[in-house]
Amino acid sequence: MKRRVLPGLPLTLGITLLYVGLIVVLPLGALIYKAGTLGFADYWRIVSSERAVASYRVTAGSAAVATVFNLVFGLALAWVLVRYRFPGKRLVDAIVDLPFALPTAVAGIALTTLFAANGWFGAPLAAIGISVAYTPLGIMVAMAFTSLPFIVRTVQPVLEDLDPALEEAAQSLGGSDWTIFRKVILPLLAPALMAGVSLSFARSLGEFGAIIFIAGNQPMQTEITALLTFIRLEEYDYQAAAAVASVLLLTAFVMLAVTNLLQARALRYTQRS
Amino acid sequence: MKIRLDQVVKSFDTFRAVHGVSLEVASGELVALLGPSGSGKTTILRMIAGLEYADGGTISFGNQDATTIPVRERGVGFVFQHYALFPHMTVSENIAFGMKVSKVKRSKKAIADRVEELLSLVQLEGLADRFPNQISGGQRQRVALARALAVDPKVLLLDEPFGALDAAVRRDLRIWLRAIQEKLGITTLFVTHDQEEALDLADRVVILNGGKIVQEGTPEDVTRRPNSAFVTRFLGDTNRLQGHARGGQIFLGGANVAAPDIRDGQAEIYVRPADLEWTGEGEGVHATVTRVIDRPDNRRVLARLDNGEPVELDVAPETRLARGDQGYLKIRRANVFAG
Repeated sequence: MKRRVLPGLPLTLGITLLYVGLIVVLPLGALIYKAGTLGFADYWRIVSSERAVASYRVTAGSAAVATVFNLVFGLALAWVLVRYRFPGKRLVDAIVDLPFALPTAVAGIALTTLFAANGWFGAPLAAIGISVAYTPLGIMVAMAFTSLPFIVRTVQPVLEDLDPALEEAAQSLGGSDWTIFRKVILPLLAPALMAGVSLSFARSLGEFGAIIFIAGNQPMQTEITALLTFIRLEEYDYQAAAAVASVLLLTAFVMLAVTNLLQARALRYTQRS
Repeated sequence: MKIRLDQVVKSFDTFRAVHGVSLEVASGELVALLGPSGSGKTTILRMIAGLEYADGGTISFGNQDATTIPVRERGVGFVFQHYALFPHMTVSENIAFGMKVSKVKRSKKAIADRVEELLSLVQLEGLADRFPNQISGGQRQRVALARALAVDPKVLLLDEPFGALDAAVRRDLRIWLRAIQEKLGITTLFVTHDQEEALDLADRVVILNGGKIVQEGTPEDVTRRPNSAFVTRFLGDTNRLQGHARGGQIFLGGANVAAPDIRDGQAEIYVRPADLEWTGEGEGVHATVTRVIDRPDNRRVLARLDNGEPVELDVAPETRLARGDQGYLKIRRANVFAG
């Protein structure tokens, strides 16, 4: 073996592999193994049951809406935090991380209280005919709340590193603010935005605690896949729980793979020929 | 296009960057803004471009007052110090950017033709589809220039255009930039802290210090007739000797220097290393060699006068001198300022 200059490779590599194996791969492997003990016919019957499919639709649909909301709002928030100085900026910056720190069940209860028909937000919304709590809208609110930091925190450092001279150059060439945002800033933020979107979406798919309080959990309407898995567990039907969970896992995995590909494509300009 | 600055002032939060600068650049002229860092030269260039607004005074292009015209309408081509090429666009997309976003609509064909023309002007024909990350620093520099020229600017502004390049590339690009500027006849201002670059390239050099113009003129004016100790020192290596002026003469133990305009009293004599002559015996200021440095075109001799003052002089490569040798210095040419 060639001699290396940097020390510690065998040790750190060993620890890392052990960690990834025990903490990440083993439980996921067990899940797939459990689902695999079902025959294909049984597996398919469980994952394609009407109630399961409805839960996928609710989960993925709400996650998509929440992610798009966060994409816009998170980008705006990151933009403001990077570009402007205003009193209370550090406080706002710290608040962004709260959804990470708050136990999700607490978030769920707080959101439910706010958005219930007699809550601070729920009452005025009910007056104009919008009900949030116990509807898919509530699920979206809970998902958006818990996954907001992902987009802000992935975009913020990239935005900070963006060379102001790029925008000045575009201005000196006659570009309007909107053109510069669209043709210079957005393409350069795209990889970070994609990373944020995929994390935010994956987190929304798996969110449980914050949602079950606000969702109402009506099968076929406001029941998310994670809850369906939980229900199967409570019924001691471990195989069915594993089967439903495997669909979530697969979806998240495919999505992460796709965004990675898109990211590599968006970053092809950084490769040396 | 003629540029005129009249009493332009700019301050930033904590300090005053530019104190009332007035300057005229004739149409088609190539002018260097030369100064140490913090002298305000880049701020002046950015105000001419419209990337900063002046706090006071006026900037006009031709007969038009441009002081408050925003950068995107000012019609300047700006080449940034680190080029600021758009990393996600190819070389040709970078060059085409200004034409694509312009209010003047051009056909795809017209844009493509112009890009082609500019690529050949900057001699980068084969690199149209590369990304900025995939070309060398000197090539990036030329792309930045092509991009700035694409929109037919009235004025070309360059901020430390060669600062980030290594010495050999820098010299080639200098000659090349001069040729392009002459060919296009475009009024050009560039900022540099490198006196050699300014003297090599510019028709006229404007020397700045502390946010003020200290001297302006042709390279010959400023090098042969520097108006202050600062300019003398800034333009190149020089020896500073203390002397006493009396009746238009300065006596320096064994050598005297004519100084007709200097009032009697303490004076500073500045002598370039090449303007000192070494003789083994005879007249002059007595000195002892402390070190000899060999350079491609001469030998630099470091010596010490009897009063302890260090001096440097250049002698022909074949001169035999070594540490400890003693001799006399003759002053061929000097600039004298009151101390």
